[in-house]
Amino acid sequence: MIRRHGLEILLWIALATVPLWLTLVGGYAALGSKILVYGIAALALNLVLGFTGGLSFGHAAYFGLGAYGAGMTLKYLVPSTPVAIIVGTLAGGIAATLLGPLVMRRRGIYFAMITIAIGQLFYFVAVRWNNVTGGEDGLAGFRRQPLHFGSFVYDVQADTKFYYLVLFCFVVAVVIMRVLLASPLGHTWVAIRENRRRAQFLGLRTDLYVWAAFAISGTLTALAGSLNAMLFNFTSPQDLHWILSGNFVIMCVLGGMRKFWGPMVGVAIFVVAQDYLSSLTDNWMTAIGMLFVLIVLLFPKGILGLVARRRERALSPPAPEPAAAPADPSRGVAS
Amino acid sequence: MQLLLFNAFNGLIQGVFYALMALGLALILSLNSVINMAHGGFLVIGAYLAYSLAPYLGFWGALIVGPICAAAIGLAVERVLIRPLYKRPDPLYTLLLTFGLALIIEDMTRTIWGAQGLPFQVPDVLNSPVSSVLFFITGYRLLVVGITIIVMLGLYLLLRYTRLGIRIRAGTFDLETVSALGVNIYLLRALNFALGCLLAGLAGVLAAGILGLTPPMGSSLIMPSFVAIIVGGVGSLVGSILGGLLIGVAAGITTTFYPAASEAVIYLIMLIVLVIRPRGLLGQEGLFE
Repeated sequence: MIRRHGLEILLWIALATVPLWLTLVGGYAALGSKILVYGIAALALNLVLGFTGGLSFGHAAYFGLGAYGAGMTLKYLVPSTPVAIIVGTLAGGIAATLLGPLVMRRRGIYFAMITIAIGQLFYFVAVRWNNVTGGEDGLAGFRRQPLHFGSFVYDVQADTKFYYLVLFCFVVAVVIMRVLLASPLGHTWVAIRENRRRAQFLGLRTDLYVWAAFAISGTLTALAGSLNAMLFNFTSPQDLHWILSGNFVIMCVLGGMRKFWGPMVGVAIFVVAQDYLSSLTDNWMTAIGMLFVLIVLLFPKGILGLVARRRERALSPPAPEPAAAPADPSRGVAS
Repeated sequence: MQLLLFNAFNGLIQGVFYALMALGLALILSLNSVINMAHGGFLVIGAYLAYSLAPYLGFWGALIVGPICAAAIGLAVERVLIRPLYKRPDPLYTLLLTFGLALIIEDMTRTIWGAQGLPFQVPDVLNSPVSSVLFFITGYRLLVVGITIIVMLGLYLLLRYTRLGIRIRAGTFDLETVSALGVNIYLLRALNFALGCLLAGLAGVLAAGILGLTPPMGSSLIMPSFVAIIVGGVGSLVGSILGGLLIGVAAGITTTFYPAASEAVIYLIMLIVLVIRPRGLLGQEGLFE
């Protein structure tokens, strides 16, 4: 148990004690919350990207819908944190569920293109619907509210206390995803990723499974978005922009999208790097762009993928090098 | 009525830029299997280089040299960064790589030329309206439409009658067979990529004369171009042109009635097309499904 799950137990202990040590290494509690929030989103995206094999490049849409849903609930409807989280999550979840059928039959490049383009719809609604969404300037003027448990009040206004609320949601999201991935549904997703046509020939309605993955993934991403809005007491169209979608994807790739925890590793590195670079240079966009290029060229399997390969090599006797990959000209009409 | 015509014509001009962008994107998409997120970047490169070269070469010289520079840079990018990725069958990697390039190009443009918008000087002759009633039809706008028509005709002739064009078209159907027949498919894909960037650069120079130059101009034009491809149908070049013009005009007309929805309407059209006719207006059935 300890040997198999040692790293994971360490991770949970580290997450539970973040407010104690993060300041010592130069971080701050809000940074810890941000990593967890983005972690939920990236892990959720990876359900589609890494486990089902659907190249979704538009997840910022659901993240942003969650953010606006939560923000607008707090601002216009009821000043209640749990209601805001629920409304935000449902807003993104319903959108993902409704839009899923448009992408579920597509593959590869076309799946990516449609998800990218659909995401922009919400971006322009947020930018142009000024009097409700705050337009370009973003939605402000709401605050996360204390939680009431009977007579006990948990005031999440403090960064550390909010961190534990985020951690609670993170645990819930991780448990949901783990249970799903261990279930027949999760195994079917992997089967579709590995060979969609074969899964079809086995009689599986693959499009419905892809739809399920997309809807669940969108819902959990929206949960992350609603937490993000409350973390900063602010949300802006940037939370809906395709650049954020791209960031989520690169986080998954950087950490390793074939491993459950890969995206989390990617998030931690990416968020810290972004935080650091933006304080270091005005040209942080170039730096992030370079990071993209380097990751694609040097770490296509991600950090956890690299670790896993090294471990495999250490365990098994050296296999003969596989023959050089053919030029693979068959990619003309994509798979 | 005149306002409607005015906005529709504005939309048509926008649509011409979308169509030029979408055409290049579609070429690269079908032969190189790359979703070129940096396409807007090549548009910006073409536009800004034309701006910087115009004092030396004049407007007409810049109009020709700007797009060629964009194509040359595209050729280099393809050779150095994209070619190593062809052997990975997952389109994810080229998508992320070009995404990173788009960020770099936009940021570098801002550093080199400044975040402020710059005007692109067009010869005075072209700036005067053609008639006093249709005041919005200036010589420059007619030039934009004219050049685009010429370029599209040229591209049609290239793809239809030259050896290079026939190979490009054959490659989009079955690259393996083309390769087996002794064609250097690496060179073919490199030239195709450069051709796509040439179109992006041309769109950039032409757009600069109307919209002015700003670093984010590329990223604001690339999304509608994706929509143009989806609406027109993946795999159909004519469809991409048609899609671009259609969403441009639709956005223009919407401006007359409800300006705030002029961008959203583009994406609504896409959703409607995806629901009613998933393969797009002229798309082949079953492709990418």
